[in-house]
Amino acid sequence: MALVLTEEQSMLRDSARGLISDKAPVSHLRHLRDSKDPTGFSKELWQSFAEMGYAGLLVPEEFGGSGLGFMEAGIVTEEIGRTLMPSPFLATSVVAASALNRGGSAAQKSEYLPKISNGSLLATLAIDEGAKHRPLQTNLQAVRAGNGFKLSGAKALVVDGHVADLFIVAARTAGAAGKREGLTLFLVNSKAKGVAIERTIMVDAHNAARIEFANVELTADSVLGEVDQAAGLLDGILDIGRGAVAAEMVGLSDEVFGRTVEYLKNRKQFGKLIGEFQALQHRAAQLYVDIEITRAAVMKALQALDADVAKAASAVAVAKARAGTTATRAVQEGVQMHGGMGMTDQFDIGFFMKRARICEELFGDANYHTEQLARARGY
Amino acid sequence: MGARPPLSSFGIWMLGPALLKYGNDAQKKEHLPKIAAGEIRWCQGYSEPNAGSDLASLQTRAESDGDDFVITGSKIWTSYANYADWIFCLVRTDPTAKKHDGISFILFDMTSKGVTTKPILLISGYSPFCETFFDGVRVPKSHVVGTVNRGWDVAKYLLQHERAMISGMGERGVGRPLGQIAADSVGTDALGRLDDAMLRGQIASFDVDEAALAACAERAVDLAKAGQAHPAFSSAMKYYGTELNKRRYEILMSAGGVDALEWESERSRQGARPRAWLRTKANSIEGGTSEVMLGIVAKRILDLPGA
Repeated sequence: MALVLTEEQSMLRDSARGLISDKAPVSHLRHLRDSKDPTGFSKELWQSFAEMGYAGLLVPEEFGGSGLGFMEAGIVTEEIGRTLMPSPFLATSVVAASALNRGGSAAQKSEYLPKISNGSLLATLAIDEGAKHRPLQTNLQAVRAGNGFKLSGAKALVVDGHVADLFIVAARTAGAAGKREGLTLFLVNSKAKGVAIERTIMVDAHNAARIEFANVELTADSVLGEVDQAAGLLDGILDIGRGAVAAEMVGLSDEVFGRTVEYLKNRKQFGKLIGEFQALQHRAAQLYVDIEITRAAVMKALQALDADVAKAASAVAVAKARAGTTATRAVQEGVQMHGGMGMTDQFDIGFFMKRARICEELFGDANYHTEQLARARGY
Repeated sequence: MGARPPLSSFGIWMLGPALLKYGNDAQKKEHLPKIAAGEIRWCQGYSEPNAGSDLASLQTRAESDGDDFVITGSKIWTSYANYADWIFCLVRTDPTAKKHDGISFILFDMTSKGVTTKPILLISGYSPFCETFFDGVRVPKSHVVGTVNRGWDVAKYLLQHERAMISGMGERGVGRPLGQIAADSVGTDALGRLDDAMLRGQIASFDVDEAALAACAERAVDLAKAGQAHPAFSSAMKYYGTELNKRRYEILMSAGGVDALEWESERSRQGARPRAWLRTKANSIEGGTSEVMLGIVAKRILDLPGA
């Protein structure tokens, strides 16, 4: 398949860009941050997302969704990356919707997917426990109790964790931390007894939470997929999330770069536009090349996910590693080339730097994914 | 020396596309079938001793004399000129015009009277390039491709193709994956991982970038087919592809250790690896240096001022 957008995909990009740039420019995030908004995103805008078919973008049409693919999801996250709009799209519409769609029973799908599509249910994956993303190190314990399970442990960096209605919790039902065997996913109502949610205001002013589970009682039908055998399902869900975050980072990088090049064309020092200096021209050109190469790698990964999620791991590792490195470089160059202005809160560039840092950490950083590629290639 | 075969690269990749766009019917009829059949070995007369990155300052003169041009001057870095049958050459036909405006693109037979070549010994120990001298070489004016004094257009167009070709050299690889090649010489630990953590990290980062570049090369072709390609994008690819290929050979040398240092033994196939490593250092120079490529990206794609 060609690595260019189809006509339909271009139309999706244009309409997403129109909505997001109109309703949620960077000033929208700034306002949410400065007003200490308790929700951290615009519910009204999320309703617009539902009406446009974005909330259920990946949900099959039989459950009220748009039935589109990961390439399309990446088109939306790329546009979100351009304005840093806080949105449940990643956690709910990409990660949780994929988890339910890929691992859910018929009953689970028909209970939750229509509500995701119409924007009435927010859901999120609770995976990380330590400082770094290490899914196999999952050690939150789920022990059998009667016909069901009891959950005990803690999760960190749960995206939208303070507003989500439903958590998809990775837990250990058998085996030691580090093993693929013995992982199970559970659907947990955020209002369940024993769930303690601490909203964590993150560096990027987006939404996350730390969540503690203290003997949370679950029925047997709250298992998503198979007991002890969730590693494969989890790999797929995480790779889908990684592809979407990588696309967000492409949008973020491209936007920072565009703003920086504009600055080089307008800022004067030593009687010249600073964009006339070869030292800056070459750095800008190198960054351009990096972004274009990363853009292609991300498109490749999204296409690979659309073709077969189970076979997309290496393409996704390449994309997420590249996107992390590229976005980091883009925001660093962005701040540096804006000089003192880049250090001010008043200027938007800093928001991009902060968001890039979160995206880099989310679902594994560049080092993590580079390591995954090395392992996959057997050295 | 393991470099691209001159027959296909110069004829098919470079001159062929330029003739299709700028050649007249007679020139196409005479040369294209032979290029396709690989009958004529072509070489490229671009760089001169005093015109490297600043190619347009070239001084080889072509003076009008009746139906002919008489060519005098010298070229350098002419790949395989000592084996070539014909040359496509940039010559100055109007010394009074601005430097880009007095150049013509001309084809002639390397057996013409007044043409001599002298191979240049490189750091690799090979001599793939020559100095080429023209002493009053008489060439019919009908051999000019495109318009007289508008040869720079043809030259630039051909360079785009050359750069696209060179950028691809980094992707083709050397057969086996770097990680496996390194494992043979460095060894592995109990988990099967390369027994040199830093080298392993370098290889993994290289593999990430190589896979990403391959996706970008694929996308460049798709964009061209869709009519959405930027004409200067080949400069971006040339820059990255050649820098990446140099990285590949630095890793290969590091992975090979002592075994990669023998220069003349049978065991080392006459120093194949160190010679190839040294050869790659030219990748980011030939066909336009990395710095020239970045300048082109800055000017033509990013539209930065004064670039």
